[in-house]
Amino acid sequence: MPRINSAAELETLREGILAKKVPDKPCISICAGIACLGLGNGKVISAFEDELKKQSLEDKVELRATGCHGFCEKGPLVVIYPEEICYVEVKPEDVPEIVAKTVVDKQVIDRLVYTDPATGSKAALQSEIPFYKNQMRLLIGNSPKINPQSIEDYLAIGGYAALAKALFEMSPEEVLQEIKTANLRGRGGGGFPAGSKWETARNAPGEPKYVIVNAHEGEPGAFMDRALFTGNPHLVLEGLIIGAYTIGSSQGFIYTRHDTPVLRKNLDLALEQAREYGFLGKNIMGSGFDFDIEVHLDVGIFVSGESSALMRSIEGKAPEPRPKYIRTSVSGIWDKPSNLNNVETWANVPQIINNGSAWYSSIGTERSKGTKLISLSGNIVNSGVVEIPMGTSLREIIFDFGGGIPNGKKLKAIHFGGPMGGSIPESLIDTPLDFDALSKLGASLGAGDMLVLDEDTCMVEIARFFLEFLSGESCGKCVPCREGIRQMLGILTRMTAGKGKEGDLELLEEISEVVGEAALCSLGRSVQKPLLSMFKYFRDEFEAHIKEKKCPAQYCKGLS
Amino acid sequence: MNNERIDHILDEHQGNPGALIQVMMEIQEENHWLPREVMVKISEKLDVPLSRVLRIATFYKTFSLTPKGRHKIHVCTGTACQVRGAQQVLNEVQELTGIKPGETDPDLKFSLETVNCQGCCSLGPMVEIDGETHGKTSPAEIADALKKYE
Repeated sequence: MPRINSAAELETLREGILAKKVPDKPCISICAGIACLGLGNGKVISAFEDELKKQSLEDKVELRATGCHGFCEKGPLVVIYPEEICYVEVKPEDVPEIVAKTVVDKQVIDRLVYTDPATGSKAALQSEIPFYKNQMRLLIGNSPKINPQSIEDYLAIGGYAALAKALFEMSPEEVLQEIKTANLRGRGGGGFPAGSKWETARNAPGEPKYVIVNAHEGEPGAFMDRALFTGNPHLVLEGLIIGAYTIGSSQGFIYTRHDTPVLRKNLDLALEQAREYGFLGKNIMGSGFDFDIEVHLDVGIFVSGESSALMRSIEGKAPEPRPKYIRTSVSGIWDKPSNLNNVETWANVPQIINNGSAWYSSIGTERSKGTKLISLSGNIVNSGVVEIPMGTSLREIIFDFGGGIPNGKKLKAIHFGGPMGGSIPESLIDTPLDFDALSKLGASLGAGDMLVLDEDTCMVEIARFFLEFLSGESCGKCVPCREGIRQMLGILTRMTAGKGKEGDLELLEEISEVVGEAALCSLGRSVQKPLLSMFKYFRDEFEAHIKEKKCPAQYCKGLS
Repeated sequence: MNNERIDHILDEHQGNPGALIQVMMEIQEENHWLPREVMVKISEKLDVPLSRVLRIATFYKTFSLTPKGRHKIHVCTGTACQVRGAQQVLNEVQELTGIKPGETDPDLKFSLETVNCQGCCSLGPMVEIDGETHGKTSPAEIADALKKYE
């Protein structure tokens, strides 16, 4: 039983794990993220298993199915360590050759390496591929290097050292101060300073206090939290336990989706291992601190990612939001102080404790610190998960990492934050990735989902599409949201069918104002945001639909 | 319907109203739909009014109050799939199966659902049939794939 009872025991265990590792032992790291699995990576994994057995190499070569490597567009991805040779679009038929040539003979197979479509130049090493080259992969960079189902792999890369430091060398007040000085802002959408939220929950009267991981990730086009949590679950758990210690909580919750079976499996295993090793449960690492975590599953409605709705759901009730005159950090689950942060926010905590707030706040812009995970999707050459420092320009994200727009099309707009976010036009592409810069433009960063739209996209149709999505996801409790969405959707549907009328835009603006002011929760108060951002930058397109009965992008049927 | 499995799920959470959603989801996963007599049982075992069980059952799209087909088709209509042509794919599936999202055909062969972003946007447009992913698909490709199912 490897239960750890002190910081010294953790270090001894870590040294033992590292000593067992054979230096330069070849390792085949296969991405088992959602996209790669969808591309049939399961078959690639079994082909490697069979081939290693056939060549009697099982003991000499490590085979590792990992979390998302990020470069989803080119999956299935296989990386061979220690050289870090990266193969893209690997098929089961390629496996015998990879084992014979690359793993055994250390040769690069030319046809499997990444070829830059623009220049034709090849890149054999992961770090040479333009998609990866200038990223700053502080959070997701470890995913290819560990087996997400092995706590020993996490310990080998320094896991739970931040927890030991917090528990044995720092008071809760000191941890709180560190998070506040680092200026860690919530990654879930609001960008609210995590330290202030923690402090509110910590100082709020009432026991017990709860800490929660929001792993709901309901925004279409957002998939970075799932990628990170599935690929490195202990990182998030470690952040949560440190948060619990700081806030004074003995009970944590993880709220996630029911439709991601791999995440559930890795998470359940991680919790079991953390308990076995003494990082969860009574008297964590012999510090006297007690804390445990329960997993709750959403059953499939967008609104349950909203904080008060999420908490109702954990109570076993329908996930309807309540007005937040009193914040959930003061009165949340069963009316007790409840601190909610999303996956990426919690995942940032261990590195802040390990490296200090000065290090953390040296990354990023003046008011947006650290790195940000971005999920790139839509009309973009490289869909995938990118991690870059705050302040990186949108141009770099789209053209350097994303590889530009496919099929020779022109970029039209960039949409952030899904159905409650906003679109900005191509002309603002030099805007930095920054909470405040983007929200000033009317396109708040949201969870970091960046949808790229090309010239063939009709903005009226996109606005309609988001409202159609929301009409199915509104909980229906308050009238402004339930009826407002329905009316806005009706008007936009008419417009896309060529039946727009004079006055429609003014009416949409009026309804938007009412919904934005009067809806009950932050979801309801944000449903008009995409539409308003499009009015700001693409108003002529809406007018063309009404006045000229024309769809400039030639998308809407029935219009010229 | 496997009554033994359902009873086992209920016994595990007996008298715990907070586990309502969890229990309903486990039964949905096991049985693929929630017959009325099962909901009555849930209400009795967990000590929750039947009205609340019905409220949860009708609130979430995941719960089904009618039996499901042998094959489940999930068409992703998340934004990324949408801008890459998910609507045309969905139209084709509706045409071929004769059912709309949320419906099951009379022979209980197919159930069709639209789903929001499954997190593999690089594969858009994406359709899942019985858990098998069909990525970067087209109306013609999906029509071909559907022929395989009995």
